[in-house]
Amino acid sequence: MTDISNPSHLRQMQSAYLDQARRRRLYGALTLIIFLLLLLPGFHLADSRNAGGFWNGIGHVFDYPAAVLSEAWAKRQELPGHLVKFFPALVETINIAAISTLIGSIGGMLFAFLSVRGLACWPRLVPLFRRMMDIMRAIPEIVVALVLIFVLGGGPVPAMIAITLHSIGALGKLFSEVAENADPKPVEGLASTGASWSQRMLLGVLPQVAPNFLSYALLRFEINIRASAILGFVGAGGIGYELKNAMSWGQGKFDAAAAIFILLFGTIVLFDQLSSSYRNRLVKGDWQ
Amino acid sequence: MTAATLAMMKDAAATRLSRKRTAAYAVMALIGLYLAYVFFAFDIPGLAQRARMDNAVTLLSDSWSYKTHVTRDHRSGAISYAIEGQRKGAYPEGERPEWVSGDGDAVTVELKNGHSLRLLPGNVTEYRYPGTDPVTIRLMDDELVVDVIGPAPDWITLNPRRVGITTEGGRVTITRSKTEVFRYFPGWELFFFTLDSPYHGHGPLDILFGERIDPDRPNIAGAWHDFWYNPMWLHAKVAWAIFETMLMAFLGTFGAAIIALPLAFLAAKRFAPLMAVRFGMRRIFDFIRGVDGLIWTVVLSRAFGPGPMTGALAILLTDTGTFGKTFSEALENVDDKQIEGIASTGANPVQRYRFGVLPQVTPVLLSQILYLFESNTRSATIIGAITGGGIGLLLTQALQTQQDWEEVSYYIVLVVLIVMAMDWFSGWLRARLIGGRAG
Repeated sequence: MTDISNPSHLRQMQSAYLDQARRRRLYGALTLIIFLLLLLPGFHLADSRNAGGFWNGIGHVFDYPAAVLSEAWAKRQELPGHLVKFFPALVETINIAAISTLIGSIGGMLFAFLSVRGLACWPRLVPLFRRMMDIMRAIPEIVVALVLIFVLGGGPVPAMIAITLHSIGALGKLFSEVAENADPKPVEGLASTGASWSQRMLLGVLPQVAPNFLSYALLRFEINIRASAILGFVGAGGIGYELKNAMSWGQGKFDAAAAIFILLFGTIVLFDQLSSSYRNRLVKGDWQ
Repeated sequence: MTAATLAMMKDAAATRLSRKRTAAYAVMALIGLYLAYVFFAFDIPGLAQRARMDNAVTLLSDSWSYKTHVTRDHRSGAISYAIEGQRKGAYPEGERPEWVSGDGDAVTVELKNGHSLRLLPGNVTEYRYPGTDPVTIRLMDDELVVDVIGPAPDWITLNPRRVGITTEGGRVTITRSKTEVFRYFPGWELFFFTLDSPYHGHGPLDILFGERIDPDRPNIAGAWHDFWYNPMWLHAKVAWAIFETMLMAFLGTFGAAIIALPLAFLAAKRFAPLMAVRFGMRRIFDFIRGVDGLIWTVVLSRAFGPGPMTGALAILLTDTGTFGKTFSEALENVDDKQIEGIASTGANPVQRYRFGVLPQVTPVLLSQILYLFESNTRSATIIGAITGGGIGLLLTQALQTQQDWEEVSYYIVLVVLIVMAMDWFSGWLRARLIGGRAG
């Protein structure tokens, strides 16, 4: 052991530590600088590949919102009519998100239980189920949706399947992380009474993890509403599809676009608030 | 404990259990009702009629195989050979596949499983189905006539204007203007070199160590050029598109992080004493997040036109809202003790931030940035499809032509590989920087 009462030792240690700290700080600063230096040419490159330049466009960012808003204001007495007219499309978008979240949660739960060591029904197949979840997570929703639109035709079903698959992968990963930390004692207790695998999962694990699962599922629902609106824009039904149509009509029909913007904005904010307040209650545990 | 209290407790427990069970059943019934509602709202019973199963079959077979077209023009009588029927895949003059034989009078096309076909003079086609007599199709007075004894077999569709033959050997389409024969092969043909490249048909060893194939160019440089600018698969263009997609995700995510960090200080209770500023910042973040990426993309592409910059800005704007919210939450959860400790050494406010606050929040911020970077690689594909940039654009274009399914599957494989690579990379980086478990 080093004698720290000896001042020369102490000085040595101090300078070694300071050197190390300085070096680490230098590396950190260098990484940050390289990073920032990468961003600038990156933006420059992206700008040069863009149809309209950044500096030309920056002045016109508010042109479109201003045109939409002024036209919507001029025709404000027609706005309630539009809101009513596009409401069914909004319901479809919400339905796509809800059903995908529902099936995605059930599927994700199944995958999570099958891919946690100690809980899995077939322990040898754990890596297989994990890779399946990875692939479901990795395939972007738009790929599945576009291929399915080609086969099944436009409408809500391709979007539903695409978002469901992604939700199973994404929720499965989060759920399995929660289930890994579940207390094994109830499961062992149930196993000693001769309970089957599904009974052990439903009665032993699920009650422990339900609040966390529900909270993740609600977060997924928020994400899925946005995703289903976006998929509508590429042809899969719902409010996104109406938005695309309203936009292609161009000037003179901006009031319809404005109505859709309002509906979409309102829905997203509403469900964000609802789910975040409910999630807060779930996490604090005072919801019963 | 008396028997009476025990019985009472048992009763109470039983009532609670049955109440819980009823609640569970009620939830399940509600879910069932909702599923039934959606089943009809989405018109799933009608889906069977709307679904184009033939499309699914083409998609599945074309994505892993290719077909070579043998085309006879009925006016000139000329026969041409092309892979996928594209000009870019055409055989050069004087060359043809080895399964075609014969000359001007009778050209024999060998199909799979013993099927074969003869293209005879006078626009006559003779199809040989193994084990049966040949079927002859001729063009008489601008009408197609099929010579067949008895009823026509079920693999042939008859129409005075169009005759189609579909067997396990291949496919034939005869119209008044031309005869087309398709023979299917597994794989993605011409993936490396097109037929006009001198390197077509040479293996990698041949190119690397063999004799010079094209006298004008060194083998490696020439082969690389012909591969990279392959006119059918456009590897250079695809590589650029992938780079563009990743560039959008990179610029969007990290640009947003840089903008959001100072703003997050203004929205955190500890660092912004003015309530009005805090409240205003938070409402701005909420608004940006609420408007959503889709609307931002639409608005921005109106101003900046299609391209990667628009996509990058859309991601940047949306993520500024997300980062603003999560960063300010992280800043509010900073532990006071470390700041007090730094302050007790006589540190000024800047030093207090640098050594008291930043080390605490950096891991949280970094992991959030990396998480969004990973998910933005996926979003950049979708945003690219809307704004017109990157691999998303190529994918939607290939899907819209509804022919190049092998290209669609190629792009899908690429997208999945990139996303998985990003997933792995950000997990590795997170583990390196924060020292946590690799995701």
